[in-house]
Amino acid sequence: MNIKQSFILAMKSLKASKMRSFLTMLGIIIGVAAVIILVSIVDGFSNTMIDAFESAGINLVNVNVRGRGSSRTVTPDDMLTFAEDNSDDIIGISPTVMASVTLKVDTENNQTTVTGVNEYYKDIKELEIGGGRFLQYIDVERRQKVCVIGSYIAKNYFETFSCVGEKIKINGNDYTVVGVLEESAGSEEGSADDIVYIPYTCATLLSRQKTISSYVVASTSKDDVTKVKKLVENYLYSIFDNSDLYTVTAVADLVDTVDELMGTLTAILVGIAGISLLVGGIGIMNIMLVSVTERTREIGIRKSLGAKPWDIMSQFVVEAATTSSMGGFIGIAFGCVSSIVAGKILGVTATPSILAILVAFSVSVAIGMFFGYFPAKKASKLNPIDALRYD
Amino acid sequence: MIELKDIYKIYGDGDSEIRALDGINLSVADGEFVAIVGQSGSGKSTAMNIIGCLDVPTYGQYFLDGEDVSCMNEIQLADVRGRRLGFIFQQYNLIPKLSVLENVELPLVYKAMKPEERRLKAMSALEKVGLPDRADKYPSQLSGGQQQRVSIARALAGDPQLILADEPTGALDSKTGKDVLDFISSLNDEGKTVVLITHDMSVAQKAKRIVRIQDGKIVSDEVIREG
Repeated sequence: MNIKQSFILAMKSLKASKMRSFLTMLGIIIGVAAVIILVSIVDGFSNTMIDAFESAGINLVNVNVRGRGSSRTVTPDDMLTFAEDNSDDIIGISPTVMASVTLKVDTENNQTTVTGVNEYYKDIKELEIGGGRFLQYIDVERRQKVCVIGSYIAKNYFETFSCVGEKIKINGNDYTVVGVLEESAGSEEGSADDIVYIPYTCATLLSRQKTISSYVVASTSKDDVTKVKKLVENYLYSIFDNSDLYTVTAVADLVDTVDELMGTLTAILVGIAGISLLVGGIGIMNIMLVSVTERTREIGIRKSLGAKPWDIMSQFVVEAATTSSMGGFIGIAFGCVSSIVAGKILGVTATPSILAILVAFSVSVAIGMFFGYFPAKKASKLNPIDALRYD
Repeated sequence: MIELKDIYKIYGDGDSEIRALDGINLSVADGEFVAIVGQSGSGKSTAMNIIGCLDVPTYGQYFLDGEDVSCMNEIQLADVRGRRLGFIFQQYNLIPKLSVLENVELPLVYKAMKPEERRLKAMSALEKVGLPDRADKYPSQLSGGQQQRVSIARALAGDPQLILADEPTGALDSKTGKDVLDFISSLNDEGKTVVLITHDMSVAQKAKRIVRIQDGKIVSDEVIREG
């Protein structure tokens, strides 16, 4: 008796008791579906997060300097010189100085944050100018009271995107709008369009900071980001001689961290879903044991007709594997549909991964064979006379 | 064909041991029709199990076609059952969820015969017992006599030399029982060796030789009719 015949027999006995077969499969169906749903949703979430990070700039390195006073410090000019020395790898470096201010246009009056940067910032962040120009060297050098605003600010305060030349009051000082950025995030409040850039030399006055502590560095390509990070670290170490006085983080590292975190999360969730598969497997074993008992006489008849222990065993193992792999199939179909639906509801693109499907399916077949083995072994060991006498 | 030498089958041990077979010596030649007769508990079923390679003796040797079967392992015994023996049981022992044809095919399946060849042989066996039109029916749709004929067809399908019939008429009324017995003796006429186990002397009278078993021993062995 070969595997194909065992399979035909298995299909027959599954069909003979549909309800029982379905209930037996249920554990596997739920387990497989759970694995696929969880993996695809977590994948969807992590892709969404990584996309967000990547749009924030995968080639960026953030520098934070805590070293204070004395001779051991780094100035924006030092950083710019450093950038020029490494212009093969670095697009540019800009200080980033955040200042909490009051914005006022006519009578409209709001607390907000302005960001002080230099002329390289546009290339670093790949900003698109909608109208006017970005900050220039001369603005930074002469502390000109000029600003570049995001589309939300333009819409909110001037009700038009063409407001170059208008004045905006920052903490009581008039700043001239020299440029408006292209809309990039739907002009929502708090989005990337809700932004005001001024020369960092002005921002340090507004924030009352003496030293500049944070910089953003852009590498020429995202493959160079690790190299640039290393360069910056070496440079800062040569100045401070103590790596505790500054931190250098690459956005790419954050992506890695998210990846790692999501990997752990996936492992935990799949582990939990795996418990369901295990329970499903035990269900199969249980029903196979019942089936062996019920079919004791049949086993005896088969043995008297020349069935070898292997024939009986393969019949029951194949039956268990067929049950669980059919459960696996149904679970895959159910899991794929549900994960797409769940993804829609949660607002993430949850694509069922081929890997998850393959793994879930092979695990379900393996579970059937593993948990079918013990009952099958029991069946194959039955003594033909006892089995024939059994009622 | 069959050569039993000092066969003992002992259950339990020490004081509580039961000697189901207590030194049986029996030889059956090719083409014989032997009835083994005895009361229930006489050891005739144990003898049938051993002759049918369903069980092995505690002591003694059993040669089937000159081959020592008593020292074979489970797999070899299964092979002997499948290739050389055909069983006819009192309870027919058909598998209810398989069709008549599939039941008859079963011993051929375990001989790894090809499906088409299997089908052909099974059909010719069914024709022999006169039930070719019932091939697609299920055992529960047939009468007792028909079911017993299906089980005979199954025993014949593999074309074994030895047919073992264990109370083949036990579950049938006397009329159908007689038909079945006539059919079995016609098989013997065609040259098959038949061993018939029964407690019923009138059934045993169909055979050509009667062996009586009592308390695990052969008490008489007589040829009642020459082949």
